[in-house]
Amino acid sequence: MTPDIALILGIDGIATGSIYVLVGLGLVLIFSVTRVVFVPFGDIVAFSALTLASLQLGRMPGTVYLVATLAVIACIVVSIHHWRRGQPERIGWGLLGYGALPLIPAAIAWLFAGASLPGWAQIPLAIALVVPIAPLIERIALRPIADASVLLLLIVSVALTFALSGLGLLFFGPEGFRTKPLTTEVFRFGSVIVTSQTLLMVATALVFSLLLFLFFERTLTGKALRATAVNRTGARIVGIRPGNTGTLAFLLASLLGAISGILIGPTTTLYYDSGFIIGLKAFVGAIIGGLVSYPGTAIGAVFIGLLESFASFWSSSLKEVVVFSVLIPVLLWRSLSLDQTDEEDAEVEG
Amino acid sequence: MSLRPGAVLLVLAIAFLLVAPLWVAEFTITLLNYIGIYALVALGVVLLTGVGGLTSFGQAAFVGIGAYATAWLTTAHGASPWLGLLFALALTGIVAALLGAVTLRLGGHFLPLGTIAWGLSIYFLFGNMETLGRNNGISGVPPITIGPLSLEPNSAIYYLIWGMLAVACAVIANLLNSREGRAVRSLRGGVVMVESLGISVFRIRLIIFVIAALLAGLSGWLYAHMSRYVSPAPFDLRMGIQYLFMAILGGSGQILGAVVGAALVTLLQNALQDVLPHFAANGQQLEIIVFAIIYVLALQFARRGVMPFVLGYLPGRSKPVIAAAEPLPRRAMPQRGTPLLTVERLLKRFGGLEAVSRVGFQVEAGEIVGLIGPNGAGKSTVFNLITGALKSDDGHISFLGKDITRAGQRHIAEAGIARTFQHVKLRPTMSLIDNVLLGTYLRTRAGFLQGALRLDRGEEARARFEALVQLKRVGLGDRPYDQAGNLPLGRQRILEVARALAADPALIILDEPAAGLSRPEKLALADLLRGLRTEGVTVLLVEHDVEFVMGLVDRIVVMDFGSKLVEGSPAMVRADPRVQEAYLGGVA
Repeated sequence: MTPDIALILGIDGIATGSIYVLVGLGLVLIFSVTRVVFVPFGDIVAFSALTLASLQLGRMPGTVYLVATLAVIACIVVSIHHWRRGQPERIGWGLLGYGALPLIPAAIAWLFAGASLPGWAQIPLAIALVVPIAPLIERIALRPIADASVLLLLIVSVALTFALSGLGLLFFGPEGFRTKPLTTEVFRFGSVIVTSQTLLMVATALVFSLLLFLFFERTLTGKALRATAVNRTGARIVGIRPGNTGTLAFLLASLLGAISGILIGPTTTLYYDSGFIIGLKAFVGAIIGGLVSYPGTAIGAVFIGLLESFASFWSSSLKEVVVFSVLIPVLLWRSLSLDQTDEEDAEVEG
Repeated sequence: MSLRPGAVLLVLAIAFLLVAPLWVAEFTITLLNYIGIYALVALGVVLLTGVGGLTSFGQAAFVGIGAYATAWLTTAHGASPWLGLLFALALTGIVAALLGAVTLRLGGHFLPLGTIAWGLSIYFLFGNMETLGRNNGISGVPPITIGPLSLEPNSAIYYLIWGMLAVACAVIANLLNSREGRAVRSLRGGVVMVESLGISVFRIRLIIFVIAALLAGLSGWLYAHMSRYVSPAPFDLRMGIQYLFMAILGGSGQILGAVVGAALVTLLQNALQDVLPHFAANGQQLEIIVFAIIYVLALQFARRGVMPFVLGYLPGRSKPVIAAAEPLPRRAMPQRGTPLLTVERLLKRFGGLEAVSRVGFQVEAGEIVGLIGPNGAGKSTVFNLITGALKSDDGHISFLGKDITRAGQRHIAEAGIARTFQHVKLRPTMSLIDNVLLGTYLRTRAGFLQGALRLDRGEEARARFEALVQLKRVGLGDRPYDQAGNLPLGRQRILEVARALAADPALIILDEPAAGLSRPEKLALADLLRGLRTEGVTVLLVEHDVEFVMGLVDRIVVMDFGSKLVEGSPAMVRADPRVQEAYLGGVA
């Protein structure tokens, strides 16, 4: 390997890593606030890219049907929930939030998908279409068991991954898509070529990491999310509704996921089930950060991007094996560095 | 002997399975073969997840290792399938031991996430290795032969599959009813109590992880020689989740639940494959969606699976009367009056708070010492430091002349300290006798293999008798098979005392043993503790009932705000103005 090749692989790895940073941050956001290890998160990324591809081709995106299906189920679940608790007056709000709101972008897409939309409108529409998916799933399948153990939530979330990939095949079909390039300019730094696509990916990851940081540090809502992450019961006592913060966490994370999809769309061909692997790689990054630290996740995600890039140079067919196997030394390192008593302190009363 | 409906049902089921190949259709036999092969894996998941509380999504990868190992050895080297079985089990066992050694120390969600990652990793490896035929797999795997008998026909290998499954079920059932099996059953619900009994949580976890993997490897071996062909597809993550689902749906924690779950999932899948194509052109993807939905609904509404529901209709198992047996060997108690436990300048901080600041005292063999003080004085923290449940920041603790300041809970238990907890740590779904039997862990030796093969019966009978003796001693001996969780809280504390006594300790540390007891029960407890003193057992206890303490103990250590206030005889402590101030706020 020459230094030039190493540099190219490095740049490539950082670009891929930026996507994993965005996805990883979303995963950690969801996990820390709701304790759900949201395995289907990668699917949001793939669905976003596929939605944009459909809009660019002047087709009706399958997302419209997906969101409509989920919204209908969520409305039923919400209605039953309020009815059982003897609060029929709240059903209206539930229907508005889980029915009407997610269906607005779906309706727009349904009306205008045939007529080719102007390019500037396609991206926000694609994002708006995809963002409701995760919060709807949360309301349908995860909220009813919000107080269950992390493990049970994880098992359900793995099951949801399969439901979502099945729905993905149903609504997007088996063929793969690649979206139009967002930018085509190329920069030269001496002998190194950097595409503007790469710069865009890295810049977006940086900007959104910064925005997330500001949101958590500077806004009351952000602090409420952090409070819920630290202690759900305590948050409830000071008037924060864990349910609401949960929905907010899923919404924000979905936004990150959808943007990742838009960014990755032009760089590779994506299929209905490509998201699973993307999500899991971001997970490996997040686990390096212990699933709790945002900066740790970002570093881990970039590391995974670089590792994947170099591994694919060495053997493109074994790159997945390398990336997933790296989790084992990472877990070993974590288990050795873990203060054994830390984990058990919760059980021992002082 | 009277016949119980449950036994009749089981006999009928076995009779059906024995004669099934004679009259059912070929397709049904194939289906039954798959159920048996899946049930072997699900049985491992029952042990691992249902009983031991460890979640793995990666069992399909172990099935794959077993299947590929034998397929490669028998095709590339023409070896006998029986040699393939040894190779398959050895390879699965080694891989599981390595993966387990790395991931099993981590708690909570890291293990299941880890299993997803290496499950995928192994799967991709199958599809990319030249020697394993990449995605085309390995074909032409020979059938199993026993002497001149070929197990090529489905109805022949059927007996091997179900025979092995029956043996595996029996072995696991024996295991769970043995010394190490009780340790496995105690894993769910916090590790502090388990380690305090001298049980190595990591070792137990690692062993059940390897056992589950070996069952998966065995299943893979059967699969390879039944279908005569292996490719990566049946070993992907989706199958890994399917196995977990079988165990949960069947009723995780129940051995027969593995068989029931495997049967339900296989039959359901089969039914869906028949029905769904009528509704949509692409039935395959609908199958996944329907499965996932059933999965989510089952987890939301029937987390305990089918078996508890079935068992509810069957009469409970008869409980054998515990017979008298030769008592377990007892330790030599230290000479009365010699220094037993010495605590020096003990320090523990929680963040900025010094919960225990420079506390020191000594306990001599054969005395009863009370540790008292207002709430939050740091008494329980001192106990947790002595027993190794917490690590001190500074100071020294020695027991029987040995330094135990840095020792782990297990080593302290081995040295002869047994304890109870301020917040009761029992296994509420285990019986009283089983909870107390946990206490005998360090006094008995039978390992996993002896337990699984029932070679431990002599020792087991002695341990059982010892547990019953301790139960009787604390006044809980009349219903040893009741569930511990059904006792009132005060009696649960007393049950913890029996568990601690079953360990035959030199020093017994009791954290508020009399809380929640009625007056007669308190008197009985005081008598019991006095009896222990006569036997030479040393007692250190925290108790809020001052009358109880004053009438019982030889010496008292008073703590307040993390420091030792006074130490002395009950009469001396009672008269001390500092103690009165600490308790009454200086008014007196």
